[in-house]
Amino acid sequence: MMSKRTILAVTFFAIVALFLCFSALMMHPFGEPESPEMDESIIANAQEETGANNAVTSVVFDYRGFDTLGEATILFTAVAGVILVFRRLKK
Amino acid sequence: MSEGMSKIVKTIASAAFPFIMIYGLYVIAHGHLTPGGGFQGGAIVASALAMILVAFGSIWTMGKIKEKQLSLFESLGAISFILLAFLGLGFGTVFFKNFLVDNNFLFGMVPETGSTFANFNTGGVLPLMNFAVGLKVIAGLFAIVLVMAYAIHTKEEKL
Repeated sequence: MMSKRTILAVTFFAIVALFLCFSALMMHPFGEPESPEMDESIIANAQEETGANNAVTSVVFDYRGFDTLGEATILFTAVAGVILVFRRLKK
Repeated sequence: MSEGMSKIVKTIASAAFPFIMIYGLYVIAHGHLTPGGGFQGGAIVASALAMILVAFGSIWTMGKIKEKQLSLFESLGAISFILLAFLGLGFGTVFFKNFLVDNNFLFGMVPETGSTFANFNTGGVLPLMNFAVGLKVIAGLFAIVLVMAYAIHTKEEKL
């Protein structure tokens, strides 16, 4: 005899699994993105435009520099918060 | 934890420390040539420092470096990163413009397109940004670990 909670959990699990199977069937084949223009452009021009052999670094620090700025801000905020929480109180 | 571990652990940690340090600094410095960069190399160096912290204890480590100095280094890294971005606005055209590339100055050379030999003197502003972010990540992560370890020590003292 299954409880209501178990029935609910199994139903939820089945729905999530159905959505996962559906999206797995809809996936593109590996290595064939839908619109490769941006990738092709970066692979073709990154070395000439940024002078770096590592195209990933040229994307992270040059083409998408704002993203890295946000990442650095998140790290800064995390460190500031931890130091604030663990500060030494006066005895 | 706060007093440090046995002599064997201390010796092994001291022996392994320079190699991990060199590897992490190599990953930071060659961020524009090989996989990795400021964040990844900074995490490696910070884990080496955390190993020293675990082996030698938080009191000994706190005697060597304080978290105030670490937060100073972290702020220095963040400021130099933003300053490099603003220098792109000043010398170039837009924010985050790579203004050092192709001018035969610091890191100014441009490699041929395609599979080429690694030349350290390339990348324009990217290596400098890698150094800034690396300094920031080293100081930030180690400050988190150090402050937490020292908080355990002060709590033990009260009990």
